[in-house]
Amino acid sequence: MVNVIEVEDVSKQFKIHHERHQSLKEKILHPRSGSTEVFRALSHINFTVSDGETVGILGRNGSGKSTLLKTICGVLQPTSGEIRLRGSLAALLELGAGFQHELSGRDNVYLYGSMLGFSRKMVDAIFDDVVAFSELEQFIDTQVKFYSSGMYVRLAFAVAVNVNPDILVVDEVLAVGDERFQAKCIDRIRHFQREGRSILFVTHQADQVRAICDRAIVLDGGELIADGPVADSLRVFREHLLGDAPAPGAPGAPVDVHIDAVTSPTGSFLVRHGTPLHLDVDVTSERAVSGFFLLEVFTRGGLLVSRSDVQASPVSLVPGTNRIAVEVAELPLLDGVYEVNLGVVDRPGGSVLAWREQAATLQVSYDGRASGVIELTPAIRQ
Amino acid sequence: MSEPSTGVERRHLDDAPVRVVSARDPLRVRLTNLLARRELLTGLIFSDIRIKYKGSALGLVWSMLSPALTLATYFLVFSVFLKNGIPNFVVYLFSGLIVWNMFQSAVSSSTGVIVDRAGLVKKVSFPREILALSNVGASVIYFGIQLGVLAAFLAVVGHAPAWGFLWILPISFLALYLLTASISIVMSAVTVYLRDVRHLMEVVLQLWFWVSPVVYSYENSIAATLHSHGLANFYFLNPVTLIILTFQRIFYVATTVKSTTTGATLHILPTWPMSTYFYLNLGLLAIMALVFLVSVTIFGRLEGNFESEL
Repeated sequence: MVNVIEVEDVSKQFKIHHERHQSLKEKILHPRSGSTEVFRALSHINFTVSDGETVGILGRNGSGKSTLLKTICGVLQPTSGEIRLRGSLAALLELGAGFQHELSGRDNVYLYGSMLGFSRKMVDAIFDDVVAFSELEQFIDTQVKFYSSGMYVRLAFAVAVNVNPDILVVDEVLAVGDERFQAKCIDRIRHFQREGRSILFVTHQADQVRAICDRAIVLDGGELIADGPVADSLRVFREHLLGDAPAPGAPGAPVDVHIDAVTSPTGSFLVRHGTPLHLDVDVTSERAVSGFFLLEVFTRGGLLVSRSDVQASPVSLVPGTNRIAVEVAELPLLDGVYEVNLGVVDRPGGSVLAWREQAATLQVSYDGRASGVIELTPAIRQ
Repeated sequence: MSEPSTGVERRHLDDAPVRVVSARDPLRVRLTNLLARRELLTGLIFSDIRIKYKGSALGLVWSMLSPALTLATYFLVFSVFLKNGIPNFVVYLFSGLIVWNMFQSAVSSSTGVIVDRAGLVKKVSFPREILALSNVGASVIYFGIQLGVLAAFLAVVGHAPAWGFLWILPISFLALYLLTASISIVMSAVTVYLRDVRHLMEVVLQLWFWVSPVVYSYENSIAATLHSHGLANFYFLNPVTLIILTFQRIFYVATTVKSTTTGATLHILPTWPMSTYFYLNLGLLAIMALVFLVSVTIFGRLEGNFESEL
């Protein structure tokens, strides 16, 4: 399998001016005033993306995700290191950044296409698809300054995905547009995957990475801290988020809470459909803290089956080891393998105190004929 | 580039050319990148012109009015009021002004092309020199229009150009283009770091205009004075001078004329033979080609820190 993106030892530094002296007079009068700080946005990043792979990039704000993407797309130059690309690349960095407000949608499609590096002839060939995808047939000859922000983004996305690049780079753009358009975008991305194109995908949303990516890398403070299967990278990502999260309620010191072991009273995670599921979770805490327990169940394919209601499960942890029993009276899951993630949060919508990705792997057996993820048992009347 | 078709077997990326993004692209790579994006260049040139005249009833006619007014003003001042005695002074002025207009309009606006499009520069990947080059491109189009008007004007008044010299025009024009492009490219990048350059450039261009023989004749007005001070060679260090002289030689033709006011003999243009014009222009073109390469290199050095300054 050939590598379409090879990132080799890439570093990027920015100069941050604390006092800007940009006029000639100021530069002459105060040649050294105003400190300039060198900020390392990326340091010694190495990774590759092979043909047909979909790779997610995870990281907090300021971890260097966008800088990395911009460097790969050639918007920024690396300070050192090298990036090698094979095939055509279309980037959805900031949708519509290349649009000229005074021009019509039609003109902008051509201009934006040429900015992405595609010839007029190629844009001609896909023009109708672009318009159809963006659903802007009525407005294509209107100046884009009259477009709503949603229309703007739709047009830009439509151009970028319809030029059929070998590599698609997506930076958190799926957060825009209405739900239906988002679904359409995800659909198009899946279509891309089926065609064997490569996708590099940045997001905050772990669910999207789980749903779309084959592999994920995690950046923190400009360094690559994980590169591997989605589940592993997500675990690193979550643990890192915890590591630095300020402790709520107790200013200063973070509460040290760990999910140590998950056991089953039966000794195995083999469960029959419709029977009770029982898990014992050992949580150690440094000191007394109250929080809420959270349970997530995923299919192997990364589909979220259920995330429990946090508010319904308050827990009070004492210093030392706490045993928390998780019980599901009748397991509605159908035949298959499911991953269980467990966590403790300080309050609904608050910070995560402890998290364990893939805390347990459930094997569910089912004898019936229904298929899918859960059993509905609908009552059919005539 | 991939074919816009579907199907898993559509690509053979093993053979696809490898593009390298690194700290400093070698000059050769920068030039091939520029060449590869000529469609973007033409797209930007025409979209800029369209945006400029969008919604205006007269459109491109406006681009003619300002040069026409300048021409009329200088004609009135120098020929009518000051009575410089140069016959067909309009033709003389016109042939120099089209060169100057192209140079001045591109260079004066070049300082803003990167700064004013910071959003684009920080978000979309393309060779940034294209912004400066598209700005020059617009000036080339106005130059073309003015050249057409000049040709029509010559035909109407029955003033024949020096046909034998005409073939030097493309060489001279190419030198002018490279000169304008080089200065534009460097200035667009320097302005990112020193915003004063914008205003400085306006002043420099005013001075530059008066050291170029557009509204006066080099031979007739200042050649003798410069020679006596040994400064004649310095005057020719201004590359615009040679280009303007060449255009004047081609369109105005006469090197020596009789003054319309005093009847005295006036030396208007250097009496060089055609070969001298040719070799001088060819030499200038070679130098400008080198200058262009240097300007792209300088731009490449300055480009690396754009994002911290924009």
